[in-house]
Amino acid sequence: MAELQLREAIRAAMVEEMQRDENIFLMGEEVAEYNGAYKVSEGMLDMFGPKRVIDTPIAENGFVGLGIGAAMNGLRPIIEFMTFNFSMVAMDQIINNVAKIRYMSGGQFKFPIVLRGPNGAAGQLAATHNTSFESIFSTIPGLKIVSISNPDDAKGLLKSAIRDDDPVLFMESEKMYGMKGEVSDDPDYLIPIGKARVAREGKDVTIIGHNKSYWVAMKAAEMLVSEGFDPEVIDPRTIRPLDLETIIASVKKTNRCVIVDESNPYASVASEIGFLIQREAFDYLDAPVLRVNAKDTPAPYAKNLIEFYMPSAEDTYKACRQVLYAN
Amino acid sequence: MASETKKKTTKRTTKRASTAAKKNGVHEQSEFGVAEDLKVSFNTYQAGAYTHTELGISEERVLAMYENMLLQRRFEERAAQMYGKQKIAGFLHLYIGQEAISTGTAEAMRIGEDSVITAYRDHGIGLALGMDTNACMAELFGKIGGCSRGKGGSMHYFDAKLKMMGGHGIVGAHIPVGTGIAFANKYKGEDTVSISFFGDGAIHQGAFHEAANLASLYDLPAIFVVENNQYAMGTAVERAAAEPDLYKQALSYDMTSSLVNGMDVFSVNKAMQDHIAMARENKPSLIEIRTYRYRGHSMSDPGNYRTKEEMDAKKDEDPILRLKSYILENKLADIGALDTIDDNVKAEVMESVEFAENSPFPDLDTIYEDIYTQKDYPFLT
Repeated sequence: MAELQLREAIRAAMVEEMQRDENIFLMGEEVAEYNGAYKVSEGMLDMFGPKRVIDTPIAENGFVGLGIGAAMNGLRPIIEFMTFNFSMVAMDQIINNVAKIRYMSGGQFKFPIVLRGPNGAAGQLAATHNTSFESIFSTIPGLKIVSISNPDDAKGLLKSAIRDDDPVLFMESEKMYGMKGEVSDDPDYLIPIGKARVAREGKDVTIIGHNKSYWVAMKAAEMLVSEGFDPEVIDPRTIRPLDLETIIASVKKTNRCVIVDESNPYASVASEIGFLIQREAFDYLDAPVLRVNAKDTPAPYAKNLIEFYMPSAEDTYKACRQVLYAN
Repeated sequence: MASETKKKTTKRTTKRASTAAKKNGVHEQSEFGVAEDLKVSFNTYQAGAYTHTELGISEERVLAMYENMLLQRRFEERAAQMYGKQKIAGFLHLYIGQEAISTGTAEAMRIGEDSVITAYRDHGIGLALGMDTNACMAELFGKIGGCSRGKGGSMHYFDAKLKMMGGHGIVGAHIPVGTGIAFANKYKGEDTVSISFFGDGAIHQGAFHEAANLASLYDLPAIFVVENNQYAMGTAVERAAAEPDLYKQALSYDMTSSLVNGMDVFSVNKAMQDHIAMARENKPSLIEIRTYRYRGHSMSDPGNYRTKEEMDAKKDEDPILRLKSYILENKLADIGALDTIDDNVKAEVMESVEFAENSPFPDLDTIYEDIYTQKDYPFLT
């Protein structure tokens, strides 16, 4: 084990996998000579050279399509988005091509490609740079969506994503790149895609949160613990496929659930999880499932407004008290 | 003799010339590295300019090319009939009139090593590369014996073994994918090339421009081929293109380009031979092939945007009739032999219809197959 920043854990996963398999390459804006917009790929150009660490022009539709073609023809690309906000320019490639060509070819091709970068809000950046896209992407069959909350998961899940033969969207966060944590140095450290992590065991209420929202969930849990409650916290880690089994087992135990999710509320990740819980565990629920999302608005710029926009520990805590009938 | 002519041979004087010129305090353009005598350099491949012997094509192969073009024609004529009988549904875009492009290209390729990617008018190139006629027809019928197991239909033909990479339905979206295929060819150290076909409508998509820039920037073994059949659905080129000479787009991406008569299979073949040779040396390029689609955009298109006179005039240029005349004039075969080829092709197509009729519909369980490689993916139900 070593203590690494989240960006270092992501880099370690890429470096180890690229050393293991020369068909893996990293491509994106500023990944090579600039050393990464957020320094995730720092030093990788020196290690692997320009054949395998490749700067692109600002042309997401083009270079994502290029990655898809390279995957179709035997390589294993890692494509970095400077942020997933810019993945919108490549939406056609992601939704119409990488998710569907395998199907439309009757299974003749596979697409071992990772599309990774920070997702969600990162501060006072206003509406175009602050969107959470996992609910939009996760509606599309053919994709896998991973969204990580800590350095150890980042490494173990990214290594799995790189080795996966299906396309994986791997979502990080600008806000967490500097976060430190103990990370396994096992070269084959693989966390399976589709397995949630029960971060805190408890019996009173299940709080579900991924990526930054996991930390919101944990903070709310602390507030509840200080009042004598015993919350359970689950980090789904993978949005598609979702580890429904772990979630349902938890809800059957606690009988109450609050979902924290940075997506805008309409048709969000929380919507889907909430629906699945009512269908699979209706008789076990002692209160309606509640959710704490970003507001149903574009992300604002002003400091007080963006703080109000984001799902907060305070709101999560209040929602938990509501389902606990503690108000 | 090979008679492609350099229309304008003036090389672009500079890419990033840095010679500063200043006269009386006024900056000349050259200070900014702008070529003052900027001219387009391109090759032309005209109809009737090439013989099969010049191109290194044997008499036997000429007849095989004729058979191949005829197979595409007869296959689609029968498909149109089956569409009328409601055996085939959805969109059916016919390639009739453009067969010289597919066959001329296939003859210049190393099939199975070099790859092709195209848009939704894909039956012609699929058959030209040697896709199984039965599987192609069964795909149109939506049967499990189809080349995509009934999941792709007319617009989505694929054959991994032949490196036929589709068959794509979104205009222009496959062009970056073709560029990525070229990227992998080079990355793996192969001398194989990737040919991306698209229509005159697609060249206006940003996807083409991003792909062309990337291919040239990374020196990829990619060939971009715009099949200019004059109409993007019902919109004539002149109504969509600020610059209707589409080959000129190569200038922006520092690529060689050519203008080809697409009604002569030998002109196409010569252009492809030359451009494939360039691509094998990691020099990407653009080819504009002027062609004509005899049928509507799809089966529902009444074609009100063009006149009968225009259609009739173009039919005199039919690439299959042209090759037939060439074969007879050069005595490569007599009319009886050509009729036999036609009979054989028709029989092959009829057999494919029978195969398609008899192939079962896909089991409902197959709806969950071919999405992920993961066998136990937990689909929501």
